[in-house]
Amino acid sequence: MSKRLETEFAGIRFKNPVVLASGTCGFGRELDEYFDIERLGGLCSKGLLSHPHGGNDGIRIWETASGIMNSVGLENPGVDTFIENDLDWINQKDLVNIVNLGGHSLEDYEEGMEKLNRVDLDILELNISCPNVKSGGMNFGTKTEVARQIVRRIRGICRHKMVVKLSPNAEDIVSLAKMCQEEGADGVSLTNTFLAMAVDIKKKAPVFLNTYAGLSGPAIKPIALRMVHQVAKAVSIPVMGLGGITTWQDAIEFIMAGATVVQIGTATFMKPDISMDILDGMERYLEENGYENIREIRGIL
Amino acid sequence: MAKILENKALGEGFYLLAAEEKNRAQKGQFYMLRAWEHYPVLSRPISVYDADGETVRFLYKVVGQGTEIFASLRAGEEIALDGPHGNGFPKLPDKKRIALVGGGVGIAPLYLAGKSYKKENPVCTVDIYLGFSGQPVLTDEFEAAADHLSVNVGGFVTDDIDPCAYDAILACGPTIMMKVLYEKCVKTGTDAPLYVSMENRMACGIGACLVCTCKTAHGRKKVCKDGPVFLGSEVFGIE
Repeated sequence: MSKRLETEFAGIRFKNPVVLASGTCGFGRELDEYFDIERLGGLCSKGLLSHPHGGNDGIRIWETASGIMNSVGLENPGVDTFIENDLDWINQKDLVNIVNLGGHSLEDYEEGMEKLNRVDLDILELNISCPNVKSGGMNFGTKTEVARQIVRRIRGICRHKMVVKLSPNAEDIVSLAKMCQEEGADGVSLTNTFLAMAVDIKKKAPVFLNTYAGLSGPAIKPIALRMVHQVAKAVSIPVMGLGGITTWQDAIEFIMAGATVVQIGTATFMKPDISMDILDGMERYLEENGYENIREIRGIL
Repeated sequence: MAKILENKALGEGFYLLAAEEKNRAQKGQFYMLRAWEHYPVLSRPISVYDADGETVRFLYKVVGQGTEIFASLRAGEEIALDGPHGNGFPKLPDKKRIALVGGGVGIAPLYLAGKSYKKENPVCTVDIYLGFSGQPVLTDEFEAAADHLSVNVGGFVTDDIDPCAYDAILACGPTIMMKVLYEKCVKTGTDAPLYVSMENRMACGIGACLVCTCKTAHGRKKVCKDGPVFLGSEVFGIE
């Protein structure tokens, strides 16, 4: 692999801009059986809470036209178990280790952050956008001034590079991103899933016990792309773009719209090593079009 | 990609698909099947009906978009097989009398299970109980794999079995069927452990997404990776 795909995000070197998105790759071990995960630029852990959480009951996945809806609800082993079982393993890998942290309350976020401050990782991805936890994430992520409280509190104590993962369900995603920059975030990632709904017409009831669930996959790509473009135009901190990226062409679109790094999520469910196809395709595109480095096409639109 | 050798309609929406695939698939495991590129987004988890190292056979029922595509495949065409996945049914070297209980398309993993238990321990007996809502399928094959085959049409397969007559019972079918069987085992006081093969909607199939987890006595477990086979008491004995 040449240096064409090498990039820098908030002062951190990525050997390529392809990152696996939180919630679609566990902590990396399962996918490492399909391909060498050190070929990735980075990996975002499953969303963690300070304490273990069982997640949502009922149906958790539903297929839609060109997409899926999920309602896992932050099932996770808790920060302590992650640190004990998985952190060293992933830190030893030659890739950017991004740890995703969520919370049910401000105190919850702080407690998780304090634990993660005591260990090494490359980037903290602050999840203020999970739509599945009734008591938490959604409320934090939709209103700029509510989100500001949590970003400020966590930025104040986080000793790591910090990226804030934004919700497309925000009232104004551009103002949300600007707020993150004002509060000292090192970058933003967008978008998380879109709040959506499905109805079981036989049961005459919502498919999901929480009524609404998060839509991801190719169905959301054009909207996520538009949001990445708007945000990248409005802030000077770097952007991780995600939302339905399935092919290398999709990834190039997000880079041209202004993303420095792209995250692959739902597409991994189509083919566990689809991120490698995307990586190879991006490299080929740059080579065939005579670009020395991917930065030459970043944000050109 | 695996070459399809046969894809036979058996009636009642059931199909038996045979594909050329070198494998070490064990009883009770499954593959993620895919015969399209991007859409539908998810691959389909399908139980191994039979496997011999060179070929794998899958018994499936057409219930939606994915299985409809499978049903349209012809011999000579290709299908992506990712697997085998899951823990599969346990080895039972000390058990002399084994019962296999299946309902609907849940009968799928019981054929290889029956064959394997007979092979692993030739002195054991394997009785198979199948429940169908309509016309039964593949009863001749199941008959050949069992010491005794019992087929129930339109009723409750769980009525047909005496749990006390066995040293181990393994079940796959609708959750309610397995739950009723578990309760019957408890009520009759049988010493036979009951193993159940759980089914849940899956996304990744490899343990990365936590979409398919189920509640157990030891916390939530991944049906795709920790299962699909659990002790009945682990999943039904906790309420």
